Amino acid sequence: MDIRALGITKEFGRAAALRDVDLEVRSGELMALLGPSGSGKTTLLRVIAGLEQPDAGEIRFGDVDATPIPVRRRGVGFVFQHYALFRHLTVSDNVAFGLRARGRSRRPPPAEIARRVRDLLDLVQLAGYGHRFPSQLSGGQRQRVALARALAVEPKVLLLDEPFGALDARVRKDLRRSLREIHDATGQTTVFVTHDQDEALELADRVAILNGGRVEQVGTPDEVHDAPISAFVMGFVGESTQLPVEVRAGEVWFREARMAVPPQGCAPGPATLFLRPDDLAFCAPQDGWPGQVLMIRRAAGGRRAEVKLAGPGGHLVEIDLREGEAAMARGDIVHLRVRAGRVFPARADAAQSVESRPQSGRVPMP
Amino acid sequence: MSERETAPRRAPAPQRATAVTAEPPWMRRLLIGVALLFLSVFLILPLAVVFAEAFRGGLAVYRAAFADPDARAAIALTVTVAAIAVPLNLVFGIAAAWAVAKFDFPGKSLLITLIDLPFSVSPVVAGLVFVLLFGSQGWLGPWLGGAGIEIIFALPGIVLATVFVTFPFIARELIPLMQDQGNADEEAALTLGASGLRTFLTVTLPNIKWALLYGVLLCNARAMGEFGAVAVVSGHIRGLTNTMPLHVEIMYNEYNLVGAFAMASLLASLALVTLAIKSFLEWRFAGAIASGPAH
Amino acid sequence: MAPAVRRLRVRAPSAIPGFGIALGYTLAYLGLVVLLPLSALVFKTAGLGWAGFAAIAGDPRILAALRTSFGVAFAAAVVASLFGLLIAWVLTRYRFPGRRLVDAAVDLPFALPTAVAGIALATLYAPNGWAGGVLAPWGIKVAFTPLGIFVALVFVALPFAVRTVQPLIGEIDRELEEAAATLGATRSRTVLRVILPPLLPGVLTGFVLAFARAVGEYGSVIFVAGNLPFVSEIAPLLIVIKLEEFDYAGATAVATLMLLISFSALLAINLLESWSRRRFGHV
Repeated sequence: MDIRALGITKEFGRAAALRDVDLEVRSGELMALLGPSGSGKTTLLRVIAGLEQPDAGEIRFGDVDATPIPVRRRGVGFVFQHYALFRHLTVSDNVAFGLRARGRSRRPPPAEIARRVRDLLDLVQLAGYGHRFPSQLSGGQRQRVALARALAVEPKVLLLDEPFGALDARVRKDLRRSLREIHDATGQTTVFVTHDQDEALELADRVAILNGGRVEQVGTPDEVHDAPISAFVMGFVGESTQLPVEVRAGEVWFREARMAVPPQGCAPGPATLFLRPDDLAFCAPQDGWPGQVLMIRRAAGGRRAEVKLAGPGGHLVEIDLREGEAAMARGDIVHLRVRAGRVFPARADAAQSVESRPQSGRVPMP
Repeated sequence: MSERETAPRRAPAPQRATAVTAEPPWMRRLLIGVALLFLSVFLILPLAVVFAEAFRGGLAVYRAAFADPDARAAIALTVTVAAIAVPLNLVFGIAAAWAVAKFDFPGKSLLITLIDLPFSVSPVVAGLVFVLLFGSQGWLGPWLGGAGIEIIFALPGIVLATVFVTFPFIARELIPLMQDQGNADEEAALTLGASGLRTFLTVTLPNIKWALLYGVLLCNARAMGEFGAVAVVSGHIRGLTNTMPLHVEIMYNEYNLVGAFAMASLLASLALVTLAIKSFLEWRFAGAIASGPAH
Repeated sequence: MAPAVRRLRVRAPSAIPGFGIALGYTLAYLGLVVLLPLSALVFKTAGLGWAGFAAIAGDPRILAALRTSFGVAFAAAVVASLFGLLIAWVLTRYRFPGRRLVDAAVDLPFALPTAVAGIALATLYAPNGWAGGVLAPWGIKVAFTPLGIFVALVFVALPFAVRTVQPLIGEIDRELEEAAATLGATRSRTVLRVILPPLLPGVLTGFVLAFARAVGEYGSVIFVAGNLPFVSEIAPLLIVIKLEEFDYAGATAVATLMLLISFSALLAINLLESWSRRRFGHV
């Protein structure tokens, strides 16, 4: 079932959590809502579920306007951030809860409920855990129970709020894969919220990036990473450093050096050049800008150098080291040239948010 | 009011027993001694006196005290009053806790203050306001009297005064707990298709049942033992409007000490049972919280 | 967005059902059982007029009773708070045989009917009683004197003092004490400068609760006080006496004076709590 949000606006007090948000989740798709804290991603998920009523706009499930349908009849499966397992019920009873809550006419017979519970526990690899209580499970196991419980009601859409947020790195990785497998097995339209770009890019078919209560961009992981449409998306997804540049006569200038990057439709005036770590290359002294290696560290399975460019401002850039460049050491003077990059009009807020954590490009938590 | 095991338990480390976070042993013993002495003098001795005086004349005399029809009538009245007042405040406590803990609305803190109000009103004043309202010189008294309805010096007045005095007990137990628990469990049940009533019965109620029972116990103990408010509205009509505490007073004032202390020992036993169940619940509580999911 | 923040922001049109009926019932019941009767008192007082009210309130016997009630309640609340802090500390920090039993016993005054406590204290502290007999040779009389009122009020006030500070002591982060020790503080300095200051709001709150309860106490006091006008007569007893004399105006005036003072205490609690929340982040 495809889900559409049309012009959703939601305010809490005076602060707008969502401003005129449009979003389409295609049938059978696994979509990530990615954004920093306070971007409105959880609120959007809760509006889709019916846990919050929008102040304006409409949620459509297929051709049906779901906005007036109360949460208990909306047919969504919701996995809560802290799971919200009923701790007085066993794992089986938790999973069976939704089926038993149905009206007599729609309720499956007890044997059928037991069979479905067993199947679901198999699906989430918790066969044999049915008689345990939530308090006797690990965090990852609780997460799986919450998933099975949400799937038990055969929801039209599965919604997950920060599904892996409270787990350690290893368990996270396992669960990511099993969520993908379960999604592929059931073909369930699924939306999950995360602030972790790796999680979004690795898991989702498409990613919606939210910022300040608006959707900035929706696209496949490749599209949002390789073709970001705003400085925010560029800075938030993937790693990048940035240089203040100026667009003049269809060319991009960093101080008195012309960059080998087209302005990409950026109007003349001050702009920001975003560089991924592999957008830079070492070169001969006459071909590039001088700088000093401040630090070399391991990142993303390789080695990465942090280079302070010569000249006023002392701008920091990062570059991945290729094989043969491993001999480089701290304090070395090197020369860099720009092979690629993306230019966006200089925007005070975007520049600030990315600059404060140059090593990852993620917006810091407030 | 609720006490929980909050002291962090640490692995035993005898070699660090008098570490930086503890007093030297002699100081500890002194403090424990002073505390125990104080509690013995102020709490335990009076309790011991009740039972000692009640059984002063032996078991036969003790039992004879309850053969008095007035004593039996007092017990029956007290049970009746509690059986009406406690369920009323139970329903109110759940409704108030649901409204206050699950929703946000303007004036919420004022509402909480008003719910606590009867705690800071003297029981005698609580009785007085009902006399002013329903007494023969009160607002509604003459009108009700004309209709043949008696409130003051009758069962309804005693129930009203008791309800007033025990009003906040159950709400007070539930509100902080339900605020702590948040709305996630209820929201989960709703997304699974449960109705509001089903959500309350199968999700909320199991989460609050121990606190609820605890509140009911406290409310009941106070309802059965209330003296000041009931004394004002009851009129002390023997065999008719005398509750157990009022019976204690009358016996005592007539120098029938065994009669007074026999009835007092019954009330004291009720208090002890209440405390015992309360302690047991708190022990259960602490266990349930410790093994619960780490939110 | 933290869940706690979101919960605070949930408004009336929430997904959780039952707001209207729960709040409606709460307000109706509160109004009928508490607010309507209390308003009877307010209107009765207003009916007296300022001059009439002042004339009754100026009665020396009433003033003496109020002085006794508030003075002795204050002293009892002070003693209960100090020993309450000590008892809470001992119960939270030390392990000793019977600790759980002692902990349960602290709630005895909550659960024990006040009339029972009253006759027990009167018997205990009478000149021929267990405690009275011990004190009599020293010339100390407790029962049927203001000292008897004091003992009864300490009894009813004690659990409020203990239970308000006990959870706060449990929450003290031991790392604070360890930090103080690593900075070279002695144990007594740590207690005075690190442990006690954050407990102070709790102790004050407990004091106000204990005081408010003690001022209104009736059942346990009248048996042990002797009830001599101008000496050991408390204000609640005076209300009862006025009622028995069908002096509704007098009873109302005394009750109103007591309520005004009690509400000031309630206000003080709220101010204290909001102050300590601002200062320490919690109560």
